Amino acid sequence: MITVENLTKSFPGKGEHVLALDGVSLSVPAGTVCGVVGPSGAGKSTLARCVALLERPDRGSIRVEGVDLVALRGRELRDARRRIGVVPQGDSLLRQRTAAGNVALPLESAGVAAPARRARVAELLDLVGLTNKAGSYPDQLSGGQRQRVAVARALAASPSVLLADEPTSALDPETTGSVLAVLDRVRSELGVTVLVVTHDMAVVRRICDDVAVLEGGRVVEHGKVLDLLTQPGSRITASLLPEVDQAGTTPREIGQYDVVAEVVLVGFAAVGALLPEAAHRHDVELAILGGGLTRLGETPVARFKIGINGERSERALSWLAERDAVIRRAPRDIGGLAA
Amino acid sequence: MREPTPWDRVFDLVISATGDTVYMVGIATLLAALGGIPLGIVLHMTSPTGLSPRRITHRVLGAVVDVGRSLPFVVLLVVLSAFTRALVQTTIGPTAVIVPLTVGAVPFVARLVESALREVNVAVVEAAITTGASRLRLVRSVLLREAGPALVAAIGVTAVTLIGYSAMAGVIGGGGLGDLAIRHGYQRNDERILLASVLVLGGLAWLTQLTSDFIARTIDRRRSALRV
Ligand SMILES: Nc1ncnc2c1ncn2[C@@H]1O[C@H](COP(=O)(O)OP(=O)(O)O)[C@@H](O)[C@H]1O
Ligand SMILES: [Mg+2]
Repeated sequence: MITVENLTKSFPGKGEHVLALDGVSLSVPAGTVCGVVGPSGAGKSTLARCVALLERPDRGSIRVEGVDLVALRGRELRDARRRIGVVPQGDSLLRQRTAAGNVALPLESAGVAAPARRARVAELLDLVGLTNKAGSYPDQLSGGQRQRVAVARALAASPSVLLADEPTSALDPETTGSVLAVLDRVRSELGVTVLVVTHDMAVVRRICDDVAVLEGGRVVEHGKVLDLLTQPGSRITASLLPEVDQAGTTPREIGQYDVVAEVVLVGFAAVGALLPEAAHRHDVELAILGGGLTRLGETPVARFKIGINGERSERALSWLAERDAVIRRAPRDIGGLAA
Repeated sequence: MREPTPWDRVFDLVISATGDTVYMVGIATLLAALGGIPLGIVLHMTSPTGLSPRRITHRVLGAVVDVGRSLPFVVLLVVLSAFTRALVQTTIGPTAVIVPLTVGAVPFVARLVESALREVNVAVVEAAITTGASRLRLVRSVLLREAGPALVAAIGVTAVTLIGYSAMAGVIGGGGLGDLAIRHGYQRNDERILLASVLVLGGLAWLTQLTSDFIARTIDRRRSALRV
């Protein structure tokens, strides 16, 4: 469990101070994954660095498992750091040490004896699927493998909390998948609480339970990903859902329908059966004009643009709304204006 | 015109002078490393981006080091003669030359070490900090190890520079190849000795550089994939 309250941090800049964090409050329940998203310069890294105890905030508190860490110094500070695993932004492996040597570093800091250290390192490399790379140096590993070593290192001293700052920003989609799979295992198998900074919505879709949107040093939105998805006016809904492209549908075709709307469907049952059932029950013609399907963690989520024809078109739409489909009406002439 | 010195005599003289040069430079490099590396570490640690920023300490140490570095070696030879006499009971010969060589090289090594440590990636050091490592461990296991190849190169450059300085000591009768070249070769106009001692001096510098490059490359684990 991570609780951040009213965190404020400024940096001396040219002339006036740069306010990187402006009263940030955030809570990540134990055993969940929280994503921090937002534009570049929003303060995401500063937040992560404060929680990692690399940066001392001007004001506010940071509690991990209930203990306030802001005021710690010296030995207490070092002990607290050991309880928080950190995957820093960018390449952070010691290039003169093997993968195993890197993973061993926190154990050396903690004074773990060599035999126990070796056993633990083997365990961690197995967790991230790099047992056969134990003796490789960072320069012999791919970007994705290096990040997985960094995750293994962050977990070496068995922290209850893991922070990762843009762990996939330098990776292609495929290797991103391998790193995310590791983070997912960290939560599900070790029960670690994870805070992951990212600008990649695919990361949020794949592994985050919660998400916080940071802008100009403030949290402008925070909640469960699935809740934000159906919340009207949410800023990140659009970027979490599939694009509604209208490939192959001309404005004229759209004009044929009595009702045109965008529907968001959440969950296996809704995505699979709701639209055909609505058509069947109300005896209307219902066509999918655009959109697509994605997954949030294990939950299938769809956003479709639909057109409905028939006397009871409006009824069909309200029936969908009653079943927790999120409906946004598209004024019918938008297609015409755009064309 | 004198008879030229016979080659076997030249050989003996050069061998003995080489021994003196290796002795002077070897000991001076060792002492300079022993003094310069800790000084370089402190310079880096106290710098604004270091692990224990101390502005005043950093400035003062930096000034002392730079003044030390700017003094010409010949001046050190003279200025330090009283100190040298107190330390080693003589002001001539190889042992006496070690003193100014070391004093001149310590600040040189310190700056080289400082810049080698500064090159260590900040993200790597921060990652190590988040593991709860103590400062001592950060220096030993992270900074010095990551900068290892650069530190070896720094010591190599220092040794090569000291070979040059040690030759200058010839003007005050310091012994070694420089002394041989100046007093036997140049002043007595003995071309064989001049040629041989200068060649050996250059060869020694070249060999030292080669060795330091080799060691630096051997301990460097970066880009090792290219050498597999
Ligand atoms: N060490 C620093 N010194 C001065 N300004 C900083 C420092 N770190 C961050 N900042 C400033 O704080 C703001 C937030 O930066 P950062 O947290 O890195 O943003 P993000 O990670 O969201 O891109 C930026 O305006 C940045 O320039
Ligand atoms: Mg950042």
